[in-house]
Amino acid sequence: MSTAAATLDAMVPRAYRVQAVGRETSDTFTLTLRPEDGGEDGGFQPGQFSMLWVFGVGELPISISGDPAARGRLDHTVRSVGPATHALVNRRAGEVVGVRGPLGLGWPVEAARGRDVVLVAGGIGLAPLRPVIYEVLRHRDRYGRLVVLYGARSPRDLLYRKELAAWARQRDTQILVTVDYGGLNWRGHVGVVTTLFRYARLQPARSLAMVCGPEVMMRFVTRELEHQGLAREDVYLSMERNMKCAVGFCGHCQFGPFFVCKDGPVFPYQRIRAWLDKHEL
Amino acid sequence: METLERVIAEHPFFAGLESYYLGLLVGCASNVRFAAGTYIFREGGEANAFYLIRAGKVALEVFAPQRKPIIVSTMGEGEILGWSWLLPPYHWRFHARVVEGTRAFALDGKCLRQKCDQNHDLGYELLKRFAQVIERQLVAAHYQLVDLAAQP
Repeated sequence: MSTAAATLDAMVPRAYRVQAVGRETSDTFTLTLRPEDGGEDGGFQPGQFSMLWVFGVGELPISISGDPAARGRLDHTVRSVGPATHALVNRRAGEVVGVRGPLGLGWPVEAARGRDVVLVAGGIGLAPLRPVIYEVLRHRDRYGRLVVLYGARSPRDLLYRKELAAWARQRDTQILVTVDYGGLNWRGHVGVVTTLFRYARLQPARSLAMVCGPEVMMRFVTRELEHQGLAREDVYLSMERNMKCAVGFCGHCQFGPFFVCKDGPVFPYQRIRAWLDKHEL
Repeated sequence: METLERVIAEHPFFAGLESYYLGLLVGCASNVRFAAGTYIFREGGEANAFYLIRAGKVALEVFAPQRKPIIVSTMGEGEILGWSWLLPPYHWRFHARVVEGTRAFALDGKCLRQKCDQNHDLGYELLKRFAQVIERQLVAAHYQLVDLAAQP
């Protein structure tokens, strides 16, 4: 396919039918979508995103949160924060949405083979990292230890609670969860996600870290990863900016010299480090 | 059986401390246990100790008018609990509630303050170590604050 044809293809949404809408928290839902024509799709790389189009309302960039091995099925976890996301999470089973994608560059799962995989997530940032967890647990012998540090605002805001408990039972896997503010009934850890590092059994020299969450959280986490002894080249971040075309034409998602939609959303920390400290960028 | 001196010497908080100073510290240390649901200290109470947590979990709570206390952080194995013993007026700023049965070494603050007054080198070594604990918790508090301010 020519570049022009490929670009045109990426601009045309494909119809997907909503198979299920699962409630994760009071405002966050996971939509399971299947191609309306029942056909296959080309799969996706962990960390890629889709543009989801609610007809008559708008189009949104949403990370793919499902299992990369589940062909013909796309899961997206969406937090309802505005009219478009509200419309999206209110789709019912059987309704149709438009899907462009998968788009962007994902997590370096190939480069992580043979190494310990350290995932650090804040809030809904766990969603784009969940495909990495599926990938590592499915191909357990290809990777070293899996360490997941996950922080949410409160116990009510924790995503995938049953899965977190199930993942924690897997071999060579350490799942650490914290909340910023806990009620008296919460028996888990309380504190920001960086406070979990003291409990993580890390081997920095053989680890590769993937981080996703609010930008302020990623600033604190990258500092902590360096403090722990991870090399900057071994740290990857998933960035978020306002996306429109999602193929690098419109410039809405420009971040320094990069377009987040096309050059990311996953970036090596070393590549964007200088831009993370720019005020108001 | 592990001696008190050996366990304290192996704790990362005291890494690099000369054995002479360790000996001074051990004179102020004791083994303590707290059952789940009890309080190690309460806000406003006299602060006359700090704790090296060996096992268990402790929640730091803040009193909030007209509502239940809020847990602002939890601490577990290997962590240092309490620095109010170090600075006047020596009053605790939080409640410390035991979430899971906890074993710790308690270091008597009055005893330590006296030894630090007599031996400023020991005081300097302790202050350096506590400054790191305070800095870590201050950074975490800043992060928590910025995170709160950034909420949509």
